Amino acid sequence: MEYALALIVLLCLVALVVVAPLLRDEQSHMPGEGARDELEAAKEAKYREIRDAELDLQMGKLSKEDHRLIDRELRSEAIEILQRLDTVEGRAQDS
Amino acid sequence: MAGIGSACLFAGLLTTLYAAAASIYGVRTGRRAFVVSGRRAIYCLAGLMVAATAVLQLAFLRSDFSYALVAEGSSTDTPTFYKVTAMWATQDGSLLLWALLLSLFSSAVLFLTRRGLREIAPYATAVLAVVAGFFLFLMVGWENPFGTLANPPAEGSGLNPLLRHPAMMIHPPMLYTGYVGFAIPFAFAVGALITRNTGADWIRATRRFALVAWTFLGTGIMLGALWSYTELGWGGYWAWDPVENASLMPWLTGTAFLHSIMVQEKRGMLKVWNVSLIVGTFVLALVGTFLVRSGILDSIHAFGASTIGVQFLVFIAIVIAGSTALVISRLPHLRSEARLDSLLSREAFFLLNNLVLVSLCLVIFWGTFFPLISEAVTGTEASVGPPWFNRLTTPLALVLVLLMGIGPVVAWRRITPAGLRRAFVVPGLVVALVLVVLVVLTPAAESPPSLLMFCFVSFVLAVVAQEFWRGAAARRTITGDPWPRALSQLVARNRRRYGGYIAHAGMVVLFLGVAGSSAFLDQRDVRLSPGDTFTSGSYTITYQRATAKLGGDTAGTGAPITFGAVLRARDENGKTFTLRPSRNFYPTQDTSKGAIGRFFEGEATSEVDVRWGLQRDLWAAVRPDISALDGPIREANAKFARSSGDVQALVIAAIAERYRRDPPPATFRAIVSPLVSWIWIGGAIILLGALIAAWPSPEARLRRVRSLYAARLGRDLRAEA
Repeated sequence: MEYALALIVLLCLVALVVVAPLLRDEQSHMPGEGARDELEAAKEAKYREIRDAELDLQMGKLSKEDHRLIDRELRSEAIEILQRLDTVEGRAQDS
Repeated sequence: MAGIGSACLFAGLLTTLYAAAASIYGVRTGRRAFVVSGRRAIYCLAGLMVAATAVLQLAFLRSDFSYALVAEGSSTDTPTFYKVTAMWATQDGSLLLWALLLSLFSSAVLFLTRRGLREIAPYATAVLAVVAGFFLFLMVGWENPFGTLANPPAEGSGLNPLLRHPAMMIHPPMLYTGYVGFAIPFAFAVGALITRNTGADWIRATRRFALVAWTFLGTGIMLGALWSYTELGWGGYWAWDPVENASLMPWLTGTAFLHSIMVQEKRGMLKVWNVSLIVGTFVLALVGTFLVRSGILDSIHAFGASTIGVQFLVFIAIVIAGSTALVISRLPHLRSEARLDSLLSREAFFLLNNLVLVSLCLVIFWGTFFPLISEAVTGTEASVGPPWFNRLTTPLALVLVLLMGIGPVVAWRRITPAGLRRAFVVPGLVVALVLVVLVVLTPAAESPPSLLMFCFVSFVLAVVAQEFWRGAAARRTITGDPWPRALSQLVARNRRRYGGYIAHAGMVVLFLGVAGSSAFLDQRDVRLSPGDTFTSGSYTITYQRATAKLGGDTAGTGAPITFGAVLRARDENGKTFTLRPSRNFYPTQDTSKGAIGRFFEGEATSEVDVRWGLQRDLWAAVRPDISALDGPIREANAKFARSSGDVQALVIAAIAERYRRDPPPATFRAIVSPLVSWIWIGGAIILLGALIAAWPSPEARLRRVRSLYAARLGRDLRAEA
């Protein structure tokens, strides 16, 4: 009896929590927000790589020539991410 | 209350089914509301598991023996700390702990990724729900921790005395947290494969979870080793026991994964390798959980025979087959985005380090499962012992330590020969100096592998010190900060890199302890009467007197009787100190031993005494011979079987006093173990390094860095335009 009663109560509580977004047809965030967060994370990672390369140069692990090549490549990748980010943000504002 | 616990489990099982179904339906139909609903179901699961655990904990604290689990694993005289932790000493309780930790970890990662990974996260939710569902299925179907007894006993059996050790009670949750933690990157890797989003997004989202899992698993392994050293009474910290090995294997592949994901993050390489590694790590985590309880391999840790072995094997087979099929079907999407520029690059050394780590894992896997393999092939069970493991793992460990020294000084993509020379001059000189000192002043040359290990350890420590020095110097050049600030800022701004270096330093310090203690250990087994003296290493040890104590063992395990010895030890400089090893005796419920005899003939555990030292430990254990008490015990059994508890306690005290006054010879084991303390110190340094690497950067600093780089990139964009 205790088991059946507890099970019914618990399932009702769970249903209350999980059904709520279905009733509201919840949009938990703005369109494009997910893609933007992913691009933000990619941007942070790229900045970190640029910083790492700079540190490697300062510590003498990279020659100036190697660093110039790597830095240029990393920055062009970062620019690409920023441009994609602009596109996504523009799309979000339009909608 | 047991009904409520069982209801939590069944409701949890239904919730996992709903979470999986809603998440997949939501992502496939594009109805976000179902994805959100599926995620919320996982939060509910966490709530249910917390409630179930609370119900069980309450039963243990109240010594409610109507619960079969409480009657089996606790007793009224079990100390409160051990009552709280007794849950995971049993198979059913372990499963509940797994489900609890998994639901909490899953909730945390799904909450943190709720705004991102919109395609991957729902599939990850489904995978996590299925894994949690499997454990709940086991509990609901076979191993319900809320099973009750129709006729509850008046007293429980008590917790296995071997487990009454603080390290041992913290060790399982640590291990399980590690095992469970690896389910997170596994689930997101599966999600990434299903959605064909095989970039580094899933890695960035779960990297910290993998690091936390690795840290917990490593700490759990260290605590297990400490328990073995101080509780098991044999004097070692690692026996290549199947269950020890089962925890080490996922840690090794997890270590490889933590290194190789950096290559994918930075270069878009090793994608197949990374998903394979995390699948392997998760499977090994499942195997570890399975081995502890299955009893299929003889182990000091196999505390109970399992009724769920087949189910576990089927689940593991499904995970392996499903993941392999998924990886193969996605091979075209897992192509590397770049090629190895040079063999003298950090990515090349990471790959090499991965190969060594995986080789170590394969060797250990073969040795661990050799009894099963040999029985399947030849019909006879044969096993390999510690010498086999030592012979095969020592060369691999040496290579691994060497790579730990080379990897950090090599830059990503390539390093110039001049840069390489510059990086290795100082560490090379340090190694030469250490080699000379060791050969001239110490007996290290008697063990060539140890000598090599000491040299490699000094090499790695020199490299790590040089990295800190050069990094701080570079920072000083830019900022003009004083040395301490430059150093602290260097670490704070590059936590992942310098936390990793600190972990490397800890790892080699640990290897220093392993090399010293395994090659130069001195062990003596002697049988002594009070007044006798023996030597162990450079110590002279005298057995002064026997001790007998009732109800007050120093370790607080609740043992009613403790017999021990007082040893006086003198080192080579004439400095003296006292050691008090003892042996705890726990009563048995077996009534055939008699009312008095059951207190002396139950389980017994060693409480070793250790004189800890940075140079060496002196470890001592005693095994009192209580056979001389057989006569008086028999007599007391006959006379006082029906006496009150107080009278029986007086009789037991009299028998114990008899042992103390006139002790027969006792057997002692004394071990002088050089450098063994550095294992624990190394473990603590690894933990520190891992915490630094996992600690999130302050948001304010991130914002500053972001604006700085955004400004620079803005200039570049203008220049391009």
